Amino acid sequence: MLTSRLNRLSPYMFMAPAAVIMAIALIYPLGYMIWGSFRDWDPSQTIGEAEFVGLKNYITLWGDPNFHESLGVTLRFAFICVIVEMIIGVGLALLLDRDIRGMSLLRTMFILPMMIAPVVVGLMWRYMYHPTVGTFNRTLEWLGLPDVDWLGQHALMSVIIADIWQWTPFIFILSLAALQSLPRSALEAARIDGATAWQQILYIKLPLMMPVLIVTALLRLIDAFKVLEVILVLTEGGPGLSTEILALRISRTATEFRELGVAAAMSNYLLILLMLLTVAMIGFTKWQEARAAKLRMANEEDS
Amino acid sequence: MSAPTQKNSPAFFAVIVLLVIMSVGPVILMFVNSFKLDVDIISGTSGLIFMPTIQNYETALCDVLWYEPEPLDFCALKFGGAFKNSLIIALISTALTLVIGSMAAYALVRFRFMGRDTVSATTLMVRMVPPAVLLVPVFGLWNNEFCLDRDGLIGGAIRDMFGGRGDVCLAGTHTGIIVIYVAMNLPFVIWILQSFIVQVPRSLEEAARVDGAGPFQVFFKVVLPLIKPGLAAAAIFTFRIAWNEYLLASALSDRNTKTVPILIVNNMSEFNVEWGVIMATGMLLAIPPIIFTLFASRQIITGMTAGAVKG
Repeated sequence: MLTSRLNRLSPYMFMAPAAVIMAIALIYPLGYMIWGSFRDWDPSQTIGEAEFVGLKNYITLWGDPNFHESLGVTLRFAFICVIVEMIIGVGLALLLDRDIRGMSLLRTMFILPMMIAPVVVGLMWRYMYHPTVGTFNRTLEWLGLPDVDWLGQHALMSVIIADIWQWTPFIFILSLAALQSLPRSALEAARIDGATAWQQILYIKLPLMMPVLIVTALLRLIDAFKVLEVILVLTEGGPGLSTEILALRISRTATEFRELGVAAAMSNYLLILLMLLTVAMIGFTKWQEARAAKLRMANEEDS
Repeated sequence: MSAPTQKNSPAFFAVIVLLVIMSVGPVILMFVNSFKLDVDIISGTSGLIFMPTIQNYETALCDVLWYEPEPLDFCALKFGGAFKNSLIIALISTALTLVIGSMAAYALVRFRFMGRDTVSATTLMVRMVPPAVLLVPVFGLWNNEFCLDRDGLIGGAIRDMFGGRGDVCLAGTHTGIIVIYVAMNLPFVIWILQSFIVQVPRSLEEAARVDGAGPFQVFFKVVLPLIKPGLAAAAIFTFRIAWNEYLLASALSDRNTKTVPILIVNNMSEFNVEWGVIMATGMLLAIPPIIFTLFASRQIITGMTAGAVKG
């Protein structure tokens, strides 16, 4: 009798610690933030003392050109990064999908950039971009070319390059895994039919990899909206607002301008954006699974 | 690949060498520079001919060295303390996340219970919440709400022991940072471990249950040992995030609980950057992840593909 009751309770006992921690430190803060975003909230006040202002924070932001600029920078940063990383990463996976001795060593070296702290990545690139002592300008000088003002005029591009350096390997590894799990029979058949290497890639490999590639791109896109430390160390959002992504603007609004309500409203805008992306990703995988199941059914009926 | 391209041409190897240089080069550059004096870095006539010195590391670690470094008259960088904070926070939060997360993942995979779908959907959704979004609420809550009254029993006892004024709050303590890291990493760990637990054969668990093991015994003695690869992958990813995180730690920590990333960023934003010392601190921060990468790259890749492809 006691054991059966214990068994019925056991899922809750397994779930309880995680549920409690997530409720206290994720769900409750998110609700608190939504609550706070309707208030004129100063860091010295508790939320109860702050004045309720309705949608004012949201409306202010909606008309704020700086916020627009920041949103534009965020979107440009995220999309350019993901597109370039996808092209390079998938290209490299297609190129390196063969038996190479020492492939595992190669992969180890490729994942190194991802594992290092973003703060350190920013640090390394800040040194390399440095106008006088930096590696890039030294090399340019040595080649007799004019200096480039990396973190000044071309700040956004430089930041994007650093992100591409850090995250292309992620896409490379995932697409390589996808490539190596493709059905060998399809490739074999194509080869026997005399398809060239390009035709194999275009008509067989890429279409078959597509589901994994789309999920990878969406995951990477969601992550690209979280990037903060690299940019903070490289440019601190400058010059002007040229690299001030939303995450950075939130933290500045909260700590420098001391307007927690506005920062909370901005966080909510970012959250809604990411929510849409996540829903798109979940919806896509669900659709993919349903389609695969339907195909399998059709196949079984045929045979 | 098709037959004609199978033989690897020199051009192909050139591409590979270039790729390796590109991905490892910056790290090696930092490593080399961390052993140079600032004079050498700035004059920089050539990259490789210089007198290696450990002076930068001495400056960085001056508060934990057992001897007095020569040229240093004042120990400004308290790097050793920050390193200790980082270690405490990263290790404890990783251990907690793994235990709590694997239990939750087990419940989600093996049991049907009320609210299961809600929990699983919530886990999936909160996975995408960026640290920047948590900054405002966590700052407010940890400073104002999650506090013990200083006149209360426990709060009073803590105040008597450690001194200070005002209420006892989560902000500024190791616990405060650990709690938010555990919460932040849980969704990901639960997600990744689910795909490993599914693969554990049910018959093993049932056999153990027939032998009279309770649900917790089954979990800790049968299931956990079988998903060690998954645990290793999850541990590395959790540790990496907790070790590298800057934003939330900077909002929550006080003078005594600063972690290494905060120290680096603070020194970076000062006007006159001492490149050698900064590179040395960066190197020290990068060493644990580099070690993981070298020794556990297989687990990292497994974890990455399990976490994403199942997406």
